[in-house]
Amino acid sequence: MPGKLKVKIVAGRHLPVMDRASDLTDAFVEVKFGNTTFKTDVYLKSLNPQWNSEWFKFEVDDEDLQDEPLQITVLDHDTYSANDAIGKVYIDIDPLLYSEAATVISGWFPIYDTIHGIRGEINVVVKVDLFNDLNRFRQSSCGVKFFCTTSIPKCYRAVIIHGFVEELVVNEDPEYQWIDRIRTPRASNEARQRLISLMSGELQRKIGLKVLEMRGNAVVGYLQCFDLEGESGLVVRAIGTACTLDKLSSPAAFLPACNSPSKEMKELPFNEDPNPNTHSSGPSTPLKNQTYSFSPSKSYSRQSSSSDTDLSLTPKTGMGSGSAGKEGGPFKALLRQQTQSALEQREFPFFTLTAFPPGFLVHVGGVVSARSVKLLDRIHNPDEPETRDAWWAEIRQEIKSHAKALGCHAVVGYSESTSICEEVCILSASGTAAVLNPRFLQDGTVEGCLEQRIEENLPAGCGFCHIPYDELNMPFPAHLTYCYNCRKQKVPDVLFTTIDLPTDATVVGKGCLIQARLCRLKKKAQAEANATAISNLLPFMEYEVHTQLMNKLKLKGMNALFGLRIQITVGENMLMGLASATAVYLAALPMPGGIQIAGKTPSDGSYEQHISHMQKKISDTIAKNKELYEINPPEISEEIIGSPIPEPKQRSRLLRSQSESSDEVTELDLSHGKKDAFVLEIDDTDAMEDVHSLLTDVPPPSGFYSCNTEIMPGINNWTSEIQMFTSVRVIRLSSLNLTNQALNKNFNDLCENLLKSLYFKLRSMIPCCLCHVNFTVSLPEDELIQVTVTAVAITFDKNQALQTTKTHIEKSLQRASTDNEELLQFPLELCSDSLPSHPFPPAKEHLESARSNSGIPAAQRAVTVEKASPMGEGNFRNRSAPPCANSTVGVVKMTPLSFIPGAKITKYLGIINMFFIRETTSLREEGGVSGFLHAFIAEVFAMVRAHVAALGGNAVVSYIMKQCVFMENPNKNQAQCLINVSGDAVIFVRESELEVISTQQPTANCQQSCAGGEVTT
Amino acid sequence: MTSELDIFVGNTTLIDEEVYRLWLDGYSVSDAVALRVRAGILEQTGATAAVLQSDTMDHYRTFHMLERLLHAPPKLLHQLVFQIPPSRQALLIERYYAFDEAFVREVLGKKLSKGTKKDLDDISAKTGITLKSCRRQFDNFKRVFKVVEEMRGSLADNIQQHFLFSDRLARDYAAIVFFANNRFETAKKKLQYLSFGDFAFCAELMIQNWTLGAVGEAPSKPDSQVDDMDMDLDKEFLQDLKELKVLVADKDLLDLHKSLVCTALRGKLGVFSEMEANFKNLSRGLVNVAAKLTHNKDVRDLFVDLVEKVHLGPQFVEPCRSDHWPLGDVRLFLNQYSVTVHSLDGFRHQALWDRYMDTLRGCLLRLYHD
Repeated sequence: MPGKLKVKIVAGRHLPVMDRASDLTDAFVEVKFGNTTFKTDVYLKSLNPQWNSEWFKFEVDDEDLQDEPLQITVLDHDTYSANDAIGKVYIDIDPLLYSEAATVISGWFPIYDTIHGIRGEINVVVKVDLFNDLNRFRQSSCGVKFFCTTSIPKCYRAVIIHGFVEELVVNEDPEYQWIDRIRTPRASNEARQRLISLMSGELQRKIGLKVLEMRGNAVVGYLQCFDLEGESGLVVRAIGTACTLDKLSSPAAFLPACNSPSKEMKELPFNEDPNPNTHSSGPSTPLKNQTYSFSPSKSYSRQSSSSDTDLSLTPKTGMGSGSAGKEGGPFKALLRQQTQSALEQREFPFFTLTAFPPGFLVHVGGVVSARSVKLLDRIHNPDEPETRDAWWAEIRQEIKSHAKALGCHAVVGYSESTSICEEVCILSASGTAAVLNPRFLQDGTVEGCLEQRIEENLPAGCGFCHIPYDELNMPFPAHLTYCYNCRKQKVPDVLFTTIDLPTDATVVGKGCLIQARLCRLKKKAQAEANATAISNLLPFMEYEVHTQLMNKLKLKGMNALFGLRIQITVGENMLMGLASATAVYLAALPMPGGIQIAGKTPSDGSYEQHISHMQKKISDTIAKNKELYEINPPEISEEIIGSPIPEPKQRSRLLRSQSESSDEVTELDLSHGKKDAFVLEIDDTDAMEDVHSLLTDVPPPSGFYSCNTEIMPGINNWTSEIQMFTSVRVIRLSSLNLTNQALNKNFNDLCENLLKSLYFKLRSMIPCCLCHVNFTVSLPEDELIQVTVTAVAITFDKNQALQTTKTHIEKSLQRASTDNEELLQFPLELCSDSLPSHPFPPAKEHLESARSNSGIPAAQRAVTVEKASPMGEGNFRNRSAPPCANSTVGVVKMTPLSFIPGAKITKYLGIINMFFIRETTSLREEGGVSGFLHAFIAEVFAMVRAHVAALGGNAVVSYIMKQCVFMENPNKNQAQCLINVSGDAVIFVRESELEVISTQQPTANCQQSCAGGEVTT
Repeated sequence: MTSELDIFVGNTTLIDEEVYRLWLDGYSVSDAVALRVRAGILEQTGATAAVLQSDTMDHYRTFHMLERLLHAPPKLLHQLVFQIPPSRQALLIERYYAFDEAFVREVLGKKLSKGTKKDLDDISAKTGITLKSCRRQFDNFKRVFKVVEEMRGSLADNIQQHFLFSDRLARDYAAIVFFANNRFETAKKKLQYLSFGDFAFCAELMIQNWTLGAVGEAPSKPDSQVDDMDMDLDKEFLQDLKELKVLVADKDLLDLHKSLVCTALRGKLGVFSEMEANFKNLSRGLVNVAAKLTHNKDVRDLFVDLVEKVHLGPQFVEPCRSDHWPLGDVRLFLNQYSVTVHSLDGFRHQALWDRYMDTLRGCLLRLYHD
């Protein structure tokens, strides 16, 4: 009986009128956790009831605490007939289960109904009393922290980065159960919401157990996804990186402690334990010389089109396959744990992180990816996770072997995704092959790390570009030169990665977002024929996406891609490919050659003329782009560098494969010419189209930049205004004469217009940068293409934005705004009394004058005021006081980035992971599909903000909308949408306020932060 | 290729003031797009017409969703769905409840009923304000009226509290509600030269001095009819005004009054001779207006009476204007006229006179312009 959950229902407001006669409502509340339900009294005739209930107490296992959501239902009492439900609130109490996070959840929550949307708000207080659990065989993993952030969270320090954790649970989808035919849409939606909430709780608990097994205490880069497989089930799967994190002492920590002693005790063992068992036995440090027992991918490759043979062919890897729904008793779980610890250590040296502690990343090999086409209706035992586990294991093996072929022992920036259409499912995984510094992966004390670091003298800013593979034994022919930075090591001419730009990388000029977009028609087919058709198309798609990326990169005059994400989406009659990445010019890599166009028939005069005209246009564009992005690398004469290493054959570093065709992998030649300059051969109209489309991408209007990484290379003076947004577009293709070409054009226009609209909408924020631009494509129906974009616009100070070639010193400064290094800077600044050097006031003024009546500055002030007092009083969580009748609602910022410009995150309150369904049977009345979805997304934002505010936070970082599945049936006046979002709830403090606080503790601060700084610099 | 769905949702709700204005003005999306194009936005931003169309649609949708909340502004402040900075919230409310001068002049003093609402298309045609905008403005008036109708206390304060208006807007609405409640006639041709501001000014003075609330004493019977203290004129006071008749009915009093005023103003007034010649008519007019206020129907005609001639002879504002008295002279005369009454020993209704005349003098001075 390790926990007591206490819930108090305070009040409601803005309730809907449920009784037409009186225009009032007789509301009461049901509070349910697990199988226990409590009820409040009925509050008669009010739209703003004051229940002020007693504390409802639930005595529960911590296993249930982790799995179950708290379910609050608001109802209208009806004497004569059944009580009408007004709506529900699901509260994930997980943040209350680990120390350092929230201790109470208290605030106004929107009351949500899947048919009517938000209907008023309810004020709830939730607390948990946890008892120390000494049971070693426990099933729960309370105390393991989860972060969506794909880097080491800002107020923590990584002691050890253990590695990959994954888990997958399967259940029947309530929407496809027989009972769904007789129950109401509302009941069906609620069953689904509840099930997914339960499944994600279970999933998180299981991953937590694995982390404890590995002697970690946190999961970073936690990514959870749903696969709506339809008939065959509902899959919830998650991947993450297990770490042992240490909380950095921040100013807040000096103030009265807030953690109960019992909770702290839970943390201690992991930090102190100097020699956890498992690492000595397993391949814990994936070094270069390590041998992996991986089988050639070929052995896996044949099975997939006939996936019914999967199970027999796939080696039982023993990885996390025991997620057998809910019946897993203690005994079974114990067995599982044992096998896991024996077999799973470092089976996959994968890391979901995209940014790393300095010194962690040694070399980067290039992007590795694998895809596999599966048939869902061929799963033997759809209710069990084994088959899917095996599928993913197979893909991960492939990724691992690709990484190895690149001379790398690890994969970073790793992610997995699926695309499902009817019974066909494409599983994809991608990452960046890399060589890592093994020290972070071992259990070493911090001191040891520091000493070792001193010996190391990797050239700053270019080390990661150096090739990890053997020059004489290259996995594929590549064009190597000596590094333009240190001149000692070899570097490739182009580098593709899925990670963020390392902070110490030397970049010339600014970066920009580039996208490759592609559609391919496919015949409608059934089952295996369909899978085969898709499999056959995949290599061509990958090849073309890659070609487009390469062309566009050249056109920008840049030589590296970061944050590359290639999404392949399958529909009934087409495949879509969308690749997004942030292009930059790395100073260490050679200058990219131009693009040359070669015609096919040199004899034709007018044709020649046309070609030369095109050539000129392309050269002009390159020149213009170089100017636009300020790419003017220092000229280096050839003699110094030496001539390129012979064999200038291939430039591609993208190693890719599909299971269907992995025998082609080595044959698929991604090179684009054998000459020094990049040659495009125009040999047919298609190629002509390609060249044209190259030139149709318009750059963002002046004052705008965009990237899909965390930060924009080359801009480092962010001001504090941010605007996160989601934009969704669906277009209907005219079904007549659909050709690949027309399709491509439509898709291209869709994306370009969407970007143009964003630039227009956000024009008042200029100068600004769209960061973390995340496009998702789906094909909800035959002729529909849906594109969803989430990004954040951040303003920056133009006056300081012009510095270009200054190197990593500024880079780290720019990060310092959020990093712990800043701790170093502020106290020092204060000590030396150089007070007037505020970074912000001028910027703010600028902002205010520019947007005089916009009111945004006022909003910031509101936050400032709100947050200042709690920090001053003590570190007690500054839950923004539940907005009472006369106060306005506290501002909650949302951002897909891991930081908030101009502010410091002082506390992580826990993970936010929410799933909502909204359905309507009165689509027209709600403003059509646009009105419906607009309202729904606004409601989702509101519910996220309310949960964060109730946890005491004022922002969500690393926010992501992982799924937005929209289905409509205009003829029936119906629509349905499913949205899944996640992020980390945090408390941030404006830097200006931080100074005030740190003056109170200048000396202590200095010491602490110096220590912190050393570790991370 | 057609766009089935096209939305943009920001964590902070984007409000484009320009588009908001067009929406409030009742333009359709396509008209709004055309107007924005004409304003040169495409050239300024390099956007395409399609982008503009999508942007306008999006804003319209947002406004449409916000409209429900704007009907009860405190809801806008407390709702969780749209995160809007407080200053923007204030702007949304203020603009939503703002009204057109031309429109308010058409409905000022009319009953805010369905019947009036039916006339809105005529008003729309006459004023050039879109019917949609007329409806919004009319509904705003009516909504505010309904909410504060039954409330105690200061009219403007009640409005401000329940609709979160600025001081200025709250006072304007107080005037509108007051006029609608008392049904003052404002539409006559003779009154066309008066602006809403003129009437609002008068309304404020009347609320301050002539209503039940103005007396400042708590109603004797708490739950009786006197709830809307600021909205209804003090009936007793109006009845009492008959007593003022003595000022013109009693010939001695009238002569004394005249001689005292003339003595005081001799040499100070540019239009002294005209004043002297007209004094009796003027005084008769001013006092008769007061005496007529006993009947509801005459109360409604207060402004007409003040401006126009009635059977009793030339009334005040009009005659002065036709003789082109300078405003300074009018002020001097009215002050003197009103103060001198205190020196009339035979006149016993000094307090009543002040309550009447202070307000009336303020109104007359305000109404006295071209």
